Amino acid sequence: MAQLIKNGQLIQDSAWQLVEDSAEATSGSLISLGRWQSEREALLPAAQAGDIGLYLESDQTADLIGDDASSFPIIAINFPKFADGRGYSAARLLRERHGYKGELRAVGDVLIDQLFFMKRCGFDSYALRDDQELEVALAAFSTFTACYQNDVADPRPLFRRRA
Amino acid sequence: MYIYDEYDQQLLNERVAQFKGQMERYLDGKIAEDEFLPLRLQNGIYVQRYAPMLRVAIPYGALNTAQLRALAKVARDYDKGYAHFSTRQNLQFNWPKLEECPQILADLAEVQMHAVQTSGNCIRNTTTDEYAGVIAEEVTDPRPYCEIIRQWSTFHPEFAFLPRKFKIAVNAVPGADRAAIQMHDVGVNIVRNDAGDIGYRILVGGGLGRTPILGEEICSFLPEEDLLTYLDAIIRVYNQFGRRDNKYKARIKILTKALGIERMRELVDAEFDRIRDGAGKLTQEELQRVKKHFTDPAYRELQNNPAELEAAKAESPAFARWLGRNVRAHKKAGYAVVTLTLKQIGTPPGDVTAEQMDAVADLADKYSFGELRSTHQQNLVLADVEQSQLFALWQEAKALGLATPTLGLLTDMICCPGGDFCALANAKSIPVAEAIQARFDDLDYLYDLGEIDLNISGCMNACGHHHVGHIGVLGVDKKGEEFYQISLGGNSGGNHTEEASLGKILGPSFAREQMPDVIARILDFYVAKRSEGESFLEAYRRIGHAAYKEAVYGPAN
Ligand code: SF4
Repeated sequence: MAQLIKNGQLIQDSAWQLVEDSAEATSGSLISLGRWQSEREALLPAAQAGDIGLYLESDQTADLIGDDASSFPIIAINFPKFADGRGYSAARLLRERHGYKGELRAVGDVLIDQLFFMKRCGFDSYALRDDQELEVALAAFSTFTACYQNDVADPRPLFRRRA
Repeated sequence: MYIYDEYDQQLLNERVAQFKGQMERYLDGKIAEDEFLPLRLQNGIYVQRYAPMLRVAIPYGALNTAQLRALAKVARDYDKGYAHFSTRQNLQFNWPKLEECPQILADLAEVQMHAVQTSGNCIRNTTTDEYAGVIAEEVTDPRPYCEIIRQWSTFHPEFAFLPRKFKIAVNAVPGADRAAIQMHDVGVNIVRNDAGDIGYRILVGGGLGRTPILGEEICSFLPEEDLLTYLDAIIRVYNQFGRRDNKYKARIKILTKALGIERMRELVDAEFDRIRDGAGKLTQEELQRVKKHFTDPAYRELQNNPAELEAAKAESPAFARWLGRNVRAHKKAGYAVVTLTLKQIGTPPGDVTAEQMDAVADLADKYSFGELRSTHQQNLVLADVEQSQLFALWQEAKALGLATPTLGLLTDMICCPGGDFCALANAKSIPVAEAIQARFDDLDYLYDLGEIDLNISGCMNACGHHHVGHIGVLGVDKKGEEFYQISLGGNSGGNHTEEASLGKILGPSFAREQMPDVIARILDFYVAKRSEGESFLEAYRRIGHAAYKEAVYGPAN
């Protein structure tokens, strides 16, 4: 199982697993967007109860789930390859546009050197690829002490903070 | 020029530390080759044919003499004593050791230089007019806007892994395109509207490479404070919808073509509407803060054409020639803009030695307030020289081999590093440039030919901008042999935007030895057929492609 960093700490967790569309969605299941779209009414109570989460593929943009995002306790965004940067936009839009406040987890090809960017885009948990060194990963969150742009962590760009 | 405050410096120092750590992990085998790739690319390191290459950013071409001396020192201490100015106003070292790159970057950080995002699938160095701030024609100085874009694009959290590289260029001269903005992913044209307000006309989807396309207008007037949020909107659309399955179809030009400019505009506007008044919106305070860094130097009150200058001109025809060619009018009376050409015969275009860099730094200190610019034509500019000092400067520059009076002429070529250095090349480009320079070394003949852009690329990636050369040369591979394809009629739109065009391929390619003769045939035909005062490009457009083709290949049968 992948190593997990959540809110800046290593945790042992986690129950959350992607399930096949044909399998039963039980507590701890992450379901696909397609399944949510076709079984929304049936799944809504479980989502709102915090029992099932959503799994977005990298080609699924944030607006496809839109404000429904807030129905879930957790949304996982997949990075099929670390160089696929679509998930950064998805994360940011879920947070900034769709008001999503739950857990936002990066899964897939999640490497140390992406963590700082991911955090800025609104992720708060990271299922690191197995071979990544955890000590180094934890340190990566403090690589930079300031950033030029506005982001999810700080909505003010540097030019609004500069004295 | 822009001087870092504690935030800028801190960020850069942290970047240096970050990359040092990444390099250590890589050398320890803890980062795989393909995963280290984007990390080193975003720190300017390519692995080329023979050695790594380090591309140092010269943001929008602006350099001070402390920086140039630091670059000279790097060339001496870590490389083979020379460096190469690229067509994106950057500087490349061709022979650094991979493991020494972090230390080079640490050295450069001390003079506020870096190699951040000079490569990789991210937002690259923004380029602009090398005459920014010193010519009367511009709407306003574009450099503050470039610096604002630089800061916004540096370590942008959302756009570090785009489908492909992303290049922005800024022009501020009405009716002209002084930064080839039509050939960029995004072109920013600074304009003034009828009410007198500064804003931008934005182009999107231009680019050279395999599928050369001129950018199209996506916004006719964007208000001044909307620059960054609009760029965010464009790139967010691109990041989400640009193709990632084929690197040759991944640039925003392909997305723009696929969607059509109207649909592209709808998507961008929809995104922009939702963020334009957010916290990312640029403020007048920030504009003013950055603009303060680009105020005029302490000019003296002087007259144009002082007596010393007139006397020197009368005395030395060679000086007068250089003056007419390589020196340009300045907005301030008594000053001039000087281009030092890096196109000496026998050295690859854009190459400079450490000694030349130090010497140019001395010249800039002595004659031009300690600053200089690099150009996308691979030359250097001293932007603020007193006219009365031009003769003295010319003598010194000449002794250094930097006063070849051929700016804009045939031998002032743009040429990529090609097969001598670049792993992607199909063919060498430097020997072709040298053979052409050697063949056409007669100044009277060059002057008689007038302005001709000859651009050479070693492969379809078009780093030498061959599509927009009046004469374009492209290296091609034919069964493992190096050949060269010629195109005619390209134009980057330098002085007249509406005239930008992409060159058309002339016919079958040639072997390297044939190239000087082939170029000679084209030039002879032009000279024979031109009418009074008609430029190469004008004549080509009047006479037509077919006639040139016949002149080169003989009549079709
Ligand atoms: S045009 Fe091709 S050969 Fe020339 S530098 Fe670019 S990639 Fe290399």
